[in-house]
Amino acid sequence: MGDLGAALRQRLRALTLELGGPGSRERLEKLTPPRNEFGVDPYGLDIDYAISALAPFLWLYRKYFRVEVNGVERVPTEGRVLIVANHSGQLPFDAAMLGVALLVELDPPRMARALVEKWVPTLPFVSSFYARLGQVVGTPENCRRLLAADEALLVFPEGVRGLNKPYSRRYQLQDFGVGFMRLALEADAPILPVGIVGAEEQAPALANLKSVARLLAMPSLPLSPTLGLPLPTRYRIHFGEPLRFQGSPDDEDAVLEEKVRTVKAAIDRLLAEGLAARKHVFW
Amino acid sequence: MPGRVVITGIAGNLGKALARLLHGETRLVGIDRRPFGERPKDVEHHQLDIRKRKVEEVFRHDRVDALIHLGIMHDPRVPFSEAHSFNVVGTQKILELCVQHGVRKVVVLSSADVYGPRPDNSNFLTEEAPLMAADRYSDVRDLIEVDMYAQSFMWKHPEIETVLLRPVHIVGPTVRNAPSNYLRLERPVTVLGFDPMIQLIHEDDACRAMALALKPGVRGVYNVTGPGEVPLSTVLRELGRQPIPVPHFLVRPLLRRAFEARLTGFPPEEVDHLQYLCAVDGSRFAREVGWAPSHSMRETFRSVLA
Repeated sequence: MGDLGAALRQRLRALTLELGGPGSRERLEKLTPPRNEFGVDPYGLDIDYAISALAPFLWLYRKYFRVEVNGVERVPTEGRVLIVANHSGQLPFDAAMLGVALLVELDPPRMARALVEKWVPTLPFVSSFYARLGQVVGTPENCRRLLAADEALLVFPEGVRGLNKPYSRRYQLQDFGVGFMRLALEADAPILPVGIVGAEEQAPALANLKSVARLLAMPSLPLSPTLGLPLPTRYRIHFGEPLRFQGSPDDEDAVLEEKVRTVKAAIDRLLAEGLAARKHVFW
Repeated sequence: MPGRVVITGIAGNLGKALARLLHGETRLVGIDRRPFGERPKDVEHHQLDIRKRKVEEVFRHDRVDALIHLGIMHDPRVPFSEAHSFNVVGTQKILELCVQHGVRKVVVLSSADVYGPRPDNSNFLTEEAPLMAADRYSDVRDLIEVDMYAQSFMWKHPEIETVLLRPVHIVGPTVRNAPSNYLRLERPVTVLGFDPMIQLIHEDDACRAMALALKPGVRGVYNVTGPGEVPLSTVLRELGRQPIPVPHFLVRPLLRRAFEARLTGFPPEEVDHLQYLCAVDGSRFAREVGWAPSHSMRETFRSVLA
């Protein structure tokens, strides 16, 4: 069992390096998170595991969604940053593709931490898989700690509201909340807006069965003809200029909402730019 | 080091380890219902229930400079009402005696278990995190009540330096608590598809932390961490264990049956620790008091093999 796992991990690692193209080994070796004698960081991130686990996602990135990126040079290669994007597509492939982009398009690469829903740690396999990739539950305490350690956080302020929205509301940003803005102000961290085009059409949902979802203790239950599995839409990820905000994190919600609107407007612009640049949903 | 130190629960395995560490440096007085086997010659022992009036003799007889209160019972087989009275009433009585007899230092051993393993926990809980353990596992109510009592005692009696320690899972060659017994199993049950990060501390380090808390000037609530955190699966692999993964929806009912039939000593409620995160931030104790564990991670978890 252990040997099989090790052999599989070796194969996947080789696949990651092959799909990553020339120079990807040197680039990925620049990832040196703190780790103990057992190869994990305090949050459970195992970088060797992560590089192996990257293979199927990199295959999706290159061959399935054929991701095109724009403005990746705007991503700060070091220091704390909140990377804020739109969220959609029933299953969080958009988050995965954004994470992959930061690993394969940047030099040196950045291992960003996605803030996951509180539901995730209750799911078998998913919980431990996410933990080995260094993903954490999106509590304010976790965000503060990671920003203080100058890490890059992936934030999808729409959360499940965005992920499971019906097809009719594609490319319409849902409510953002002000939590991420408070954290950015508190940590004096820049916000990098990102628009992800493609995920919004990958798994069209007709409706969201909220009452059934409550019965099954799930955050939501979208009714989708593809059963949530993504269609091979073409992804475009557009990175904007980092935004810096001044002010107190303890300001009233109304003051913070004003700043959040600036972020939303930036993402809307990036989405419009991406939609204009693509020729067709699928190619 | 204070001159005369009373240790409750001294006849337990952790108490004995603490006595071995401290007995040459200070005069130790043990209070425990159990006899103290292999007692070092210079340790005075009173075989008494801490709820009894006679305990006051120990304080009256000679000046007590410090109390280390370990006398908290965790045995899941003891009837709940008895354990509750022993833990809660016992703690109140012994702390009252400290007030009456002018004891200047009180160290209470709580546990990081008071926060409780929960799916929505932050990765590292600070001392300010709410004590939520009882909402999933009511038997830790005792421990939480003792912890809360010690906190209010700290504010009510500023003249006493009270230190409340919340160490992570204590393991070692002699302790026989749930985490160390679990790691001793050849074929431990795990929860299929879950692999939380866990924190362990060696029993020697836990004793050193209590000794450090005796230092004049130290007061407050502190998480006490060992050498770091690792996935549960790594510990089991390093110990050469062959885990039995059980789906999460079956593991609790199955373990409950097994526990009731006395096939296992592992309380079914403790499964939460195999499924969810309950890790703490120990940086305050390190920063303010200068704490550093002496055993490495590997030494710590391999200590259960001795």
